[in-house]
Amino acid sequence: MNGIEFILANMLAAATPFLLAALGELVVERSGVLNLGIEGIMALGAVIAFIIVYHGGSHAVAFLGAGFAGACLSLIFGVLALGFRANQVAVGLAIGILGQGLSALIGNSYEALTVTGLSKITLPGLSSIPVIGGLFTQDAIVWLSLVATLAVWGMFRFTRLGLVIRAVGENPKAAHAIGYPVIALRYGAILFGGAMAGLAGAYAATVYTPLWADGMIAGRGWIALALVVFGTWMTGRVFFGALLFGAVSLGGLAAQAQAVPLNSQLLSSLPYIVTIVVLGIISSNRRLLKINGVASLGEPYER
Amino acid sequence: MPAPLLSLRGMTKSYGQVRANRGIDLDVAPNSIHAILGENGAGKSTLMKLIYGVEQPDEGQVFWQGQPVRLSSPAEARRHGIGMVFQHFSLFETLTVVENISLIVPGTKPELARRIRALGQDFGLEVDPSAHVHSLSVGERQRVEIIRCLMTEPKLLILDEPTSVLPPQSVGLLFDTLRRLRDTGVSILFISHKLDEIHSICDRATVLRAGQVTGNIDPREHDAHELARMMIGRDMPPPLHADIRPVGEKRLELAGLDHVEDDPFAVSLHGVSLTVHAGEIVGIAGISGNGQAELARLISGETRLADGERDEVRMMDQGVAHLGPAERRALGFAFVPEDRLGRGAVPEMSLADNSLLTAHPLGLLRHGFIDRMKEAEFTAACIKDFDVRTPGPEAEAGALSGGNLQKFIVGREILLRPKLLFVAQPTWGVDIGAATAIRQRLIAMRNEGVAVLVISEELEELFEICDRIQVLHKGRLSPSLDPRTSGPEEIGRYMIGANVPASEVA
Repeated sequence: MNGIEFILANMLAAATPFLLAALGELVVERSGVLNLGIEGIMALGAVIAFIIVYHGGSHAVAFLGAGFAGACLSLIFGVLALGFRANQVAVGLAIGILGQGLSALIGNSYEALTVTGLSKITLPGLSSIPVIGGLFTQDAIVWLSLVATLAVWGMFRFTRLGLVIRAVGENPKAAHAIGYPVIALRYGAILFGGAMAGLAGAYAATVYTPLWADGMIAGRGWIALALVVFGTWMTGRVFFGALLFGAVSLGGLAAQAQAVPLNSQLLSSLPYIVTIVVLGIISSNRRLLKINGVASLGEPYER
Repeated sequence: MPAPLLSLRGMTKSYGQVRANRGIDLDVAPNSIHAILGENGAGKSTLMKLIYGVEQPDEGQVFWQGQPVRLSSPAEARRHGIGMVFQHFSLFETLTVVENISLIVPGTKPELARRIRALGQDFGLEVDPSAHVHSLSVGERQRVEIIRCLMTEPKLLILDEPTSVLPPQSVGLLFDTLRRLRDTGVSILFISHKLDEIHSICDRATVLRAGQVTGNIDPREHDAHELARMMIGRDMPPPLHADIRPVGEKRLELAGLDHVEDDPFAVSLHGVSLTVHAGEIVGIAGISGNGQAELARLISGETRLADGERDEVRMMDQGVAHLGPAERRALGFAFVPEDRLGRGAVPEMSLADNSLLTAHPLGLLRHGFIDRMKEAEFTAACIKDFDVRTPGPEAEAGALSGGNLQKFIVGREILLRPKLLFVAQPTWGVDIGAATAIRQRLIAMRNEGVAVLVISEELEELFEICDRIQVLHKGRLSPSLDPRTSGPEEIGRYMIGANVPASEVA
C-alpha cells in the first residue's frame, strides 16, 4: 500500500471524530451559543463508550451511551449559560476541564487497555477498484457521519427548523418578538452538540484507535471548534475542513512510514500548522465572515 | 361606539424604579385607525409590547372581542389576530424576504413569494421576495414588515412610529395603504408623536404622558395646540429659526469623496462634496441607512484613510483623513455620535469619568494622573449649564434618561469650545423640552462662530436650525439647499432619489 492509497483508505475515518464534533458545534454556534467544552465532552464520551465495549457491550450501545453522556454534560453547560446567563466562554472552558477530569477519574482502571474496533464494510465492486477502492471500504459510523453531514446541510438549507436556528442566532430578540422560543431552541442545539461530541469521542476511543488512555482526545475537540470557524459556519466547508485535516495528519504518518527525511515532530505538527494558516486566510476575508457569521454568537440572551 | 375589538383595563408595568405604564385604559373600535400619542418615554412602546405579548403586565386585564384573554407571548397574540410592525425592525438581515416571512407564515416559498407580490400590488407595497434583507433600504424593510403582518391576516395591526423611517412622499403612500386596510376591516393602532400625522389619518386618539392616559379624543375635533398640551402638559415651545448671518472660513471640506467599505452591509459613498464654514449650521437629511453612519465615521476619524489620501477630508485647512479621532479633536473638532450608550458615553461609568473621556485636555489630567477635583468641577459645570437632571457627577451614565444623557454629552462637547462641532441625530429619542434646549445650544454655538454639522432624520428639526441642508441618498449627497426657500417636498424628492444629484450631472 503506497502513501496515496493509505491516505485515501483512512482519511474518512481520521476525519470522523472531527466531523461529528464539528457538526454538533456548528448547530450550537448557528443558534448563537459558543460551547468551548467540546474537548472535555469528547473525552467523557470516549471513556463511557470504551467501558461499555470493554465489558462486552455492542458498539451501538456504546455510541448511545456516549451520546447520552455528552448530552448530559452539555446540559450543565446549558443551564449555566442559558439559565443563569453566565459568560459562555468561561462556562465552556470549565465544562471542558470537568469533562477531562471526569474521564480520567472514570477511566482510571482502564488505562492502556484495548478493545476490538468496528469491522469495515466492503462494498461489492467499489471496494475492489485499484487505488481508490479503500475509500469505499469504511466502517458503519463513517457512513453514518456522512449521512449526518448531509442531514445538517439539508436542515439549514431546506427546513424550517434550520431557518429558525439561523434566525435565533442572528437576532434572538427579534426571534422572540415574532414568537420563537429562543431559550428552548438553544437548549436543543446545545444538547445536540453535546451528543455529537460524545459520539465523536466514542469513535476515537472504540473505533479509530480502540484503546483508552487519559488525554487520548489530544486536542481534537479544539480542532473541531476551529473547523467550524474555518468553514465559516457552512456545513460543506466544515466537511471539507475535517477531510483536509484528516488527510494532512495521515500524510504525516505516511511520510514517517516511508522514512521521508523530515523531523517527525514537524510532521505531526503539520495538521495544526495547516489549520492555523487556513484559519488566518479565512478570517482575513471579512465579507465572508460578515455574511455567514453568527451575529449573536456568545452573547447571553436576556428577554 | 360599537363593541370594542380590544379593551385594556388598568394596565400597569414597571421596570425597576421606572413606572412605564400606570393603570392605562384603552378601547379600540373595529374598523378604526386609533392613535397612541405621546412623547418619547411616555410609555407608548411599553403599552404596545404588552398588547403584543412581548412583555407581561404587572397588573391589568386585556379583553379581546369582549373576552378576557392573557397574551403570554407574541405567538399567542398572533393567534388572536394581532400583528405588529416594530420601530426597530425585527427582520433577519442574512435571510431573504421570503425566508423572513416564512418564519411566521406557513406555506411553501414559491407560494409565499406569489402572495407577497399579490399583496404588494394590492396595497402599494412592492418588494422583491428573493432579495436579501441586508440589501434593502429602510423603507423597503418596513414594507416587508407590513406585508409579513398582513399575511397573518390580522384583525388589529400595531404600527410603532411607522413614519420615522419614511420621506414625506412615502408617508402619503403609507397612509393610503392604512386607509385601504381599515376599509377591508382591519383596525390599526398607530403610535406617533407627530401631531399632523394623527390629524390627517386617525379616527380616535389616546394621549399618554408619563405612563398615564391624559386624553381620549377625536383628533379631528382638536387642534395641534390642544393635542400638544395633552401630550407634554404645556404649550409647544415656539420654533427657533435663526437669523441670516455672514459666514467665516471653511472648517470642514470634503471634495468628491468616494469610499467603499469592506463590510458588505455598509453603504458606499460616491462623490460626496460637503463644506461647513465658521458660523453656519449645515444639516444632512435623509433616511438612515443611506450612508450616514459611514460618512459620520469618516468625519469623526473612526474610519481612517491612507496617508496619501489625507486631503480627502480637510478640517481647519489641513488634510486629516489619515488622522484618528484624538488627533482630529486636537485640531478643535468635537463629535456627538448618534448612539449615546456605547459611543457617546460609557453606560457603566459615572458622569465624571465620562467627562474625562473627551474633556481631558482641559486640565483634567496632571502629569498623566487624573485630577479628581478638576474632573468633578468640570462635570458639575456641565450638569448645571446644560440643565442635566441627575443626582450628581457620580451618577452612572446609563441610569440617566435619554434626554438627560444627551444634554450631558452635547454639553461636554460644547464645553470643549470646538471650532467644528459635528452632531449625529442630536435629539433622537429625546423629549421635547430637552430637544428644544439642545437645538438652542447649537444655534448659540453657530452665532459664536462655530462651524456646526448636524445629521438628522427629523426634517422639522433641520428646517428649524439649519442654514443649508444637503440630502444623503444611497451614498450620494445632494447639492446644498436653502431651507428658507426649499420646501419639505423638494428635500423629500432628494430623499427618495427622484432628483438627480449634482455628482452625477457633472
